Amino acid sequence: MIRPKASADETWLRTIQAVGFLFLILALALPLGSLLLRAFEDQHGSFVGLRNFATYVTTPSLVGSAWNSLWTALLTTCVVIPLAFAYAYGLTRSCMPGKWIFRAIMLLPILAPSLLPALSLIYLFGNQGMLRWLMAGGSIYGPWGIIGAQIFYCFPAAAIILSVALSTADGRLYEAAEALKASRLRIFLTVTLPGAMYGLVSASVVVFTLVVTDFGIPKVIGGQFNVLATDVYKQVVGRQDLNMGAVVGLVLLLPAILAFLLDRWAHGKRTATMSGRAVVYRPKPRRGRDLPAFLLCLGVAMALLVIVAVSVWGSFIRFWPYNLALTLDNYDFARFDTAGWQAVWLSVKLSLMTALVGAALIFIIAYSLERGPQRSLVAVPLRFLTTIPLAVPGLVLGLSFIIFFNHPANPLGIIYGTLAILVLNSIIHFYTVGHLTAVTAIRQLDREFEAVSASLHVPIWQTFGRVTLPICLPAIFQILIFLFVSAMTTVSAVIFLYGPDTKPASIAVVHMDEAGQVSAAAAMACVILAVSLTAKLIEIVAGTVFARFASAWRR
Amino acid sequence: MGAALDDGLGADAGQNAGIGDPFLIIRDVGKQFGNFVALERVSLNVLSGEFVSFLGPSGCGKTTLLRAVAGLDPPTVGRIIQAGRDITALPPAERDFGIVFQSYALFPNLSVAENIGYGLRGAAWPKTRRQQRVAELLHLVGLADQTVKYPAQLSGGQQQRVALARALAAEPGLLLLDEPLSALDAIVRLHLRQEIRALQQRLGVTTIMVTHDQEEALSVSDRIVVMSQGRIEQIGTPEEVYSQPASAFVAGFIGRSAHFTAKVHTPSGHIAFKDLVMPASAAGHLLYGEAVEVFIRPEDVELTTTADQGAACFSATVTGCEFLGPVCRIALEARGLRFEADVPPATFAELKAHPGSELMSRFRPDRLLIFPSHD
Repeated sequence: MIRPKASADETWLRTIQAVGFLFLILALALPLGSLLLRAFEDQHGSFVGLRNFATYVTTPSLVGSAWNSLWTALLTTCVVIPLAFAYAYGLTRSCMPGKWIFRAIMLLPILAPSLLPALSLIYLFGNQGMLRWLMAGGSIYGPWGIIGAQIFYCFPAAAIILSVALSTADGRLYEAAEALKASRLRIFLTVTLPGAMYGLVSASVVVFTLVVTDFGIPKVIGGQFNVLATDVYKQVVGRQDLNMGAVVGLVLLLPAILAFLLDRWAHGKRTATMSGRAVVYRPKPRRGRDLPAFLLCLGVAMALLVIVAVSVWGSFIRFWPYNLALTLDNYDFARFDTAGWQAVWLSVKLSLMTALVGAALIFIIAYSLERGPQRSLVAVPLRFLTTIPLAVPGLVLGLSFIIFFNHPANPLGIIYGTLAILVLNSIIHFYTVGHLTAVTAIRQLDREFEAVSASLHVPIWQTFGRVTLPICLPAIFQILIFLFVSAMTTVSAVIFLYGPDTKPASIAVVHMDEAGQVSAAAAMACVILAVSLTAKLIEIVAGTVFARFASAWRR
Repeated sequence: MGAALDDGLGADAGQNAGIGDPFLIIRDVGKQFGNFVALERVSLNVLSGEFVSFLGPSGCGKTTLLRAVAGLDPPTVGRIIQAGRDITALPPAERDFGIVFQSYALFPNLSVAENIGYGLRGAAWPKTRRQQRVAELLHLVGLADQTVKYPAQLSGGQQQRVALARALAAEPGLLLLDEPLSALDAIVRLHLRQEIRALQQRLGVTTIMVTHDQEEALSVSDRIVVMSQGRIEQIGTPEEVYSQPASAFVAGFIGRSAHFTAKVHTPSGHIAFKDLVMPASAAGHLLYGEAVEVFIRPEDVELTTTADQGAACFSATVTGCEFLGPVCRIALEARGLRFEADVPPATFAELKAHPGSELMSRFRPDRLLIFPSHD
């Protein structure tokens, strides 16, 4: 039996894998594990078996919240998916004008915190709402407000997934169907729809999970209507009952895990729709399809713009809706919240650190997993750990962070209440999406780059720096901006973790809204939107510059 | 396995590294993935300056063996000695070889010159020396005017040359080529294989090429290692593996041939397919009644219109004709035995062969390839 001598390259990769493994154990597995344990303990830390769960199912208000979460999420999904499908269909399968504008507007809600649409709806239909008479005596504070705001908030995610699903169509299938004289409806039902099936399942799952796990919207516009996410907050912050909080957190984890598994299953079922010889489908102009598609996209885009515009406008109004004079007073945040503009700078700092540290960490670990040992005792669990954050709602992660890091016996507790724990939490929360982007980029590189370098006696880190990194730069930048925007807009992941000196802007929005200062909350939400928008624009400019710079060697 | 024997091997190879001595010794090298045996203990020597091809169908173990030599996938058993040094367990970076992959694995963001000079770094390669060497290599592979281009701007054949130049840059003792030509189209392939061979002979670098293309292997190699199912079937010069195949597999894999099962017949040196009895020199030492696998190549079939060649002739029906330029290939059938015959165009005209016509056929007795059946 031969014991191959480990190369320096392999030692490097193994070490990185080990460090990554340790990192995810400490920052993900152990916190989640302590959350799980906590659900089976009482306030004093003694094991009580399923007693907490028994209390949960026998408390009508708590079970009621679970039901509320379920039906609002289902209803939102039922509205968003057809709407997003039609929008994506218009973008990919019609010849309507102005597609790029529609694409840009579609992304707008991602850049704002989920609180923003809720605030806009309050401006329009709330107690002092301009269009309150439209509610016909009903109240926006409750399920209808939640659903309305969620539709706005979830639309981009669904539209992105569906336009990707619809953009990869094999033109030959359509030519064949037309040659066989199939009607348009039949072509749609037998070619288009099956081709987009995986996208539909995936988009539905994502929307459903987003609604169930979102905290900002029900907090701002939910009124007395309780859902799972607000329950966790109430148990932990209101009643200081971490045990019941952990139980509700686990319940919240349930739909997210189910959705995750369903998506995995659908992914496995998906057959390759695009073979190597496929011809990309190119729509031909047809008025009967293009005009309705254009009108629909125009309508949806206008609605998205109006929602954002209402908050922006509202943030500049002196006293909504009685004195509509414009003012900058609402942006003088120190008047409403002691942190003032500090909250914004803290958010920018937090997001920058999350983006820089996170992107580096995620990319290097992904690289070590792709090019290092595949079946080792570290690589296999590490690969599994990288997929978990996607299924863990921000609130649950935040809660598990308090339980783990705030434990008196934990030496890592020193980071509690500092910026470091916010950064760590944000990196973990958005880890999987970044990891998948990195893996996709690395897999596009020739597998033999490392072998060639080894034969040329060039160490792996040198090839990583000279070849892998430059080629993957766009993907790394994409991860960077994604982490920045996500950390900028998230509420749920950090609501349990900020300290007196580390309050992010998104939390300030919640606090100002709680204090009844809707205009200041809207102003802060608009600042967040502006920062995210700037980051996104930088990404676009950088992408263009890179494309020009790299045009010589890219095909 | 005896340690003394192993040590003897190493010492032998170490002391005589002149031309014609084994430069690379592969002894009982095997590779197992779980229960799957990718490579059964194979042994062979590669002489210094020799061009050896590993030839076989996909999954035969040829790439596994190459990767074991390169240290990319170390073998599970056996020993590999290169230039007297036991390299079996060494990682690729501590070995001395250059490699060209099927995909070339050129660094897309580096120019042609940067790719070629990629391994020329450190104290041994000061800038001027490196530039000189790169220029020399560019000249060697005929790309002196393409230095500043990127791989994506080159044709497949040019990319292949860059990969070759990069592999040869630091003057490795051993050049490994993993299906280097299979990504290219047929005409470029034909041209490039001759170029690789010429370059290899000029530099005298010991070379191992993995290929599934027998024509490629036959045309450039000093010796060919024919492999199948993780085993070496035959090691020999192109001429040897073509005309004296060591097994039924080699006979069927190399060159074109018709294959049929027959029995050894009387008198000695005859075989019979159904009631067709024909002389076959190779059957002389076999026992009467033994089942044999028989191969006959198209160029070893003789056709006439008249039955004047004695008992060895039999009548066959023409089932198809194919004009290939220098020869015409005629497909025939006799008693369910299908075979082909190559004849020059002039003979073809004389034979007046057309589908359905009858021709007298004869298999050259000294060219019938015969192997005992295994079952």
